Amino acid sequence: MMQTLTTGLAKLGALVRIMLINLGAATRTFVTLLAGSGALLRRPRLVTDQIHFIGNYSLVIIAVSGLFVGFVLGLQGYYTLNKYGSEQALGLLVALSLTRELGPVVTALLFAGRAGTSLTAEIGLMKAGEQLAAMEMMAVDPLHRILAPRFWAGVIAMPVLAAIFSAVGIFGGYIVGVGLIGVDEGAFWSQMQGGVDVWSDVANGVLKSCVFGVAVTFIALYQGYCAAPTPEGVARATTRTVVIGSLVVLWCDFLLTALMFS
Amino acid sequence: MQRKSLDVWVGLFVVLGALALMFLALRAGNMSSMNFGSSYTVTANFDNIGGLKPRAPIKSAGVVVGRVESIGFNDKKFQAQVIMRLQSEYQFPKDSSAKILTSGLLGEQYIGLEPGGDVKNFAQGDRIKSTQSAIVLENLISQFLFSKAAETNSKEEK
Repeated sequence: MMQTLTTGLAKLGALVRIMLINLGAATRTFVTLLAGSGALLRRPRLVTDQIHFIGNYSLVIIAVSGLFVGFVLGLQGYYTLNKYGSEQALGLLVALSLTRELGPVVTALLFAGRAGTSLTAEIGLMKAGEQLAAMEMMAVDPLHRILAPRFWAGVIAMPVLAAIFSAVGIFGGYIVGVGLIGVDEGAFWSQMQGGVDVWSDVANGVLKSCVFGVAVTFIALYQGYCAAPTPEGVARATTRTVVIGSLVVLWCDFLLTALMFS
Repeated sequence: MQRKSLDVWVGLFVVLGALALMFLALRAGNMSSMNFGSSYTVTANFDNIGGLKPRAPIKSAGVVVGRVESIGFNDKKFQAQVIMRLQSEYQFPKDSSAKILTSGLLGEQYIGLEPGGDVKNFAQGDRIKSTQSAIVLENLISQFLFSKAAETNSKEEK
């Protein structure tokens, strides 16, 4: 009895210790990454290439998802608002839910799945193929040369994608609400303008997506950087990117919402 | 050559993002109705402001002429102190009165400004002397009940 209790406690302690070690190592990597980012100002091409890969190629999935989320918000919002006879507020509902919440969060989740996984796999395979080790041999720090441009590209691309998602979503809500259901067009836009504040709603949404950009991109890069250099290790790292990335996004979202809109 | 076309696509991506943000700020948000022109503030004390909030509109004859800047509590007079920011293009006589009104039955609350007959206009920092508080539904109901009770009492006495 006593035996099982002590082994249980020991296991718990070991788990906490490993978690703390991982967190410490991740923080150290993050600081090194930021410290080495200054050199990118001299070679902005590295970042541009990555924005093209991370941002432009994610554009289609983000825009299409935004459109459909807008469609669904239009239909579901109308269904609920109609019960209270206030279907004119449909525009406000669609715009507020997109700019404050759905735009940043859904974009970050899609981004983790679309761009995060590819970043992890790419860096994991570089590590497995000993390309990172080869760079270190040539006195080039892979953190600065490989990870930093990808990190900044992700941080820049995320708010841009989130803004596009929200804008396309509002357009989708407009198509369904005004075009299909027949909500009054003037009321749709004027209620939206009356209720959406540029600073407390739109700007806070942008701030949220910047934080998510940092979180998701760094998690993806770090998982790839720390992956076991085997095919199985890369596969696991890719899975962990999506799982940890999504959980961190949702947790950050709760925290930021509580801070911003309290 | 390939280098250049890649840069063009990235530039297009960023421009698209900026356009989306502009759309959110101007078409969906209230950036276009924000007033960057010159303005002046006047204060008013109310016994009860009800559900008035900062940035609520100030209307005169139904037209928005300004917004509520801030709401505070005056602990000398035990009244709510509302600072109102009015647009400079609209001038009001010094004896204008302010009322807290509700748009529609369940709508938001706003301040209605009724012009008086003074020759002088409001200047920066002036105080509106005649104000009327928000109507609180509970007080209204209790007034109605008391008057009903008084009515039945007077009937019984007869």
